[in-house]
Amino acid sequence: MEILVASGIGVLTMVGLYLVLSRHAFPVIIGTTFLSYAVNLFLFAMGRLAIDKAPIITKGVTDYADPLPQALVLTAIVISFGMTALVVVLALRGFLETGTERVENGEPRRDAPKREATRR
Amino acid sequence: MSHLIIAPIVLPAVAAAFLVLVLRHDLASQRIVSAGATLALLAVAGWLYMSAADGAPASYQLGDWRAPFGIVLVLDRLAATMVLLTALLAVAVLIYALAGWDDRGRHFHPLFQFQLMGLNGAFLTGDVFNLFVFFEIMLIASYGLILHGGGARRLRSGFHYVAINLVGSTLFLFAVGLIYAVTGTLNMADLAARVTQIAPGDEAILRVGALLLLLVFALKAALVPLQWWLPSAYAAAPGPVAALFMMMTKVGAYSIVRVYTVVFGADAGPVADIAAPWVVPAALATLALGAVGVLASPTLLGLVCFSIVWSMGSLLLALGLFDASGLSAGLYYLLHSTLSGAALFLLADLVAAQRGRLADRLVPAPPLRHPNLLAGLFFVAAIAMTGMPPLSGFLGKLLILDASWRGPLAVTSWTILLGTSLLVIVGFARAGSTLFWKVADRPPQPVDPAPSIALPVAVIAGLLGATALLSVFAGPITRELAATAQQTLDINAYVRAVNPAALALSRSAPQ
Repeated sequence: MEILVASGIGVLTMVGLYLVLSRHAFPVIIGTTFLSYAVNLFLFAMGRLAIDKAPIITKGVTDYADPLPQALVLTAIVISFGMTALVVVLALRGFLETGTERVENGEPRRDAPKREATRR
Repeated sequence: MSHLIIAPIVLPAVAAAFLVLVLRHDLASQRIVSAGATLALLAVAGWLYMSAADGAPASYQLGDWRAPFGIVLVLDRLAATMVLLTALLAVAVLIYALAGWDDRGRHFHPLFQFQLMGLNGAFLTGDVFNLFVFFEIMLIASYGLILHGGGARRLRSGFHYVAINLVGSTLFLFAVGLIYAVTGTLNMADLAARVTQIAPGDEAILRVGALLLLLVFALKAALVPLQWWLPSAYAAAPGPVAALFMMMTKVGAYSIVRVYTVVFGADAGPVADIAAPWVVPAALATLALGAVGVLASPTLLGLVCFSIVWSMGSLLLALGLFDASGLSAGLYYLLHSTLSGAALFLLADLVAAQRGRLADRLVPAPPLRHPNLLAGLFFVAAIAMTGMPPLSGFLGKLLILDASWRGPLAVTSWTILLGTSLLVIVGFARAGSTLFWKVADRPPQPVDPAPSIALPVAVIAGLLGATALLSVFAGPITRELAATAQQTLDINAYVRAVNPAALALSRSAPQ
């Protein structure tokens, strides 16, 4: 199970990082989503991987799961959910105002306006 | 236990909620409530500073849950200084914004208050996960503020800023997860006790977590090589927002000081002083890159942004020593660079507004409406920022030079700090002469009803006056800051204030 979870987190992070480095807005948004999935899974795994353990103190139970990572993950999910919504709106507004969803810095390239004109 | 410790977080939070729910459409009342809340915050911050100045750190346990389990806030001299500085800057920036910036978009005041809540929370929290939460509050408010007023350039830079900070937040969570995995706690005082007793096999994980966390804080503090986001983001932000953001880079610096003294400090066993080998070299690189950026900037705002990067380099050069003299020199420089940087951002905003279409580009333009006044202010602000006598930048730099003389990279630090100072002076001199002397031979563009600049100028003069006061009262202030540095490095006092049991555990248990 460790190998499976670890490589799952690794692949999610890899995909996320690759997409975040893209020059278009939409892949960047998907990339940050992948990264947040990866980190949520990672936080879960930090409470140790275990099955069928009680998280809350009960009589006659000696072996407990750690409930705290779940609280951390919950907070992280709420925040990343809100952030994704914000960044989607931001990209949309950017597209509507500038007519492009490229995210490069500085002046647009010489050939950029023509290409965007044809795309629109 | 004083309940006022939580006031710097609750007060802006309540004010922001009230502003956005009740006074959504009424800018006049929004201004009154927002100004009232900010002034109240200043009063509270002053009171907290007074109460922190005598003696040990005080902790505040939310809901009276005991320390390692509940959420804890810690007020010591360092936190109180930062909260007071935030409140002072907030009052100045708010007055400036009242002169017109706040009606160029919606919800300026609620976002401003939420930003203050995040900043104060980050300074007061005694828990690494809550540090993350307050970072997020601060960042989410800053996303709104950076876009305030709209426009294509702001949207594009804003997208970069949001994206890079989202990646930063992810890294923060990875770091927090790693640290939690091997220590089982995220309370800083508790962590300080636990890291000394880490199982030998878990050391590597803890080191990775600690260094990832340093990466996140360095991103916030704009340390090379993580500085590239700052110039484009701050230059695109509205003037008063950029001035308030001076505090955001300081949060990064503060977090480095807090976490790498309390948790990963000198007596942290296997992870002792883990940040020290990285911070000073990175600060030196930041100094060099910032100075080159100042010389190369084609715009005034770009120049100011790179001078901020440069000043973060000087700041972390001192803080990165992690000793008493370095800390107190760094804190003095922190006060100075926050005030003078904010003054420069506000001034650049004012100058750009009077140059019409050319805005802040460093090319000859038609004369300004108030050439002598603005040129005089720029002259004083440039003296303060570049660190020439007699203003506080000079004293701050002297203190840093003095502190770094005993450090490991003394000669290199001196050479780079003095050399880059010269470059920055050249950059500012060139910018000032282009802006105010090389006047294009054209009549000034007619600007329909010229807004009064009395209030903005008063704010800028006030900020510059504060840096002058910093140098006039340098003696008492450096004594206060030396005591602050002593207290910050006294980890036992910090741990005792939060959780006395943890102290007994860590110091008496067999290693």
